[in-house]
Amino acid sequence: MSTSAEAPRTLVVERIFPHPPQKVWRALTEGPLLAQWMMKNDFEPVVGRKFRFEAEPAPNWSGVVDCTVLVVDPLKRLSYSWGVGGSESGLQWVVELTLTPAEAGTHLRMEQSGFAPGQKAAYQGAKYGWNKFFGNLDRVAGGVE
Amino acid sequence: MFRALADPTRRSIFEELTRQGEQTVHKLTRYAGISQPAVSRHLTVLKRARLVRHRREGRETHYRAQPDALTPMVDWLQHYGAFWRDRFDRLESLLQRMDG
Repeated sequence: MSTSAEAPRTLVVERIFPHPPQKVWRALTEGPLLAQWMMKNDFEPVVGRKFRFEAEPAPNWSGVVDCTVLVVDPLKRLSYSWGVGGSESGLQWVVELTLTPAEAGTHLRMEQSGFAPGQKAAYQGAKYGWNKFFGNLDRVAGGVE
Repeated sequence: MFRALADPTRRSIFEELTRQGEQTVHKLTRYAGISQPAVSRHLTVLKRARLVRHRREGRETHYRAQPDALTPMVDWLQHYGAFWRDRFDRLESLLQRMDG
């Protein structure tokens, strides 16, 4: 229900890779391959699995991202929560990666939406709340792009 | 800031201020449909998060949204936009190196 047209303030990054979905899926879900383009990790493609991405610490960031696998739909869809700064005081996002076969290879769409911890709403509910909120952001903040 | 806006009532009060401009606590109370002390508590949280500011005029307190309140949110969009484009570049070169 959240196309980028309806929710322009949810971050979406898309690209067509000239490689088949099977190969892109491996790069997204095999830990050692994932480490080569994302970050060092202990990811496994199992729903409910908690894992970490670890990078060099940066100013205002410990370098650690705490994640939980939310969706594993082989060759089609992968989603995980993305937590920075601990579950209590930190910030929580959801990352959703969608693969679609394209003529030239695979269309990969990354959507990141944010909401605060402590909000007990289900994932969809939280997403709806933020999409609605992001829709109103223009008036206050002006354009983002 | 994210936490201040996590509460649906608070978010709706904030959105009303961005839509209508400056509002008195009375008007916001009518809009929110909850007690005035409850509205005041929500406004205090928004004020601490620097999302709104207030001024007193006679016996009324007026609230307005801070125009630059959402800069941190714009920052995260820009930050993660650059992050994911960079990671997609790396994914592209990894895919080229991989067999089949």
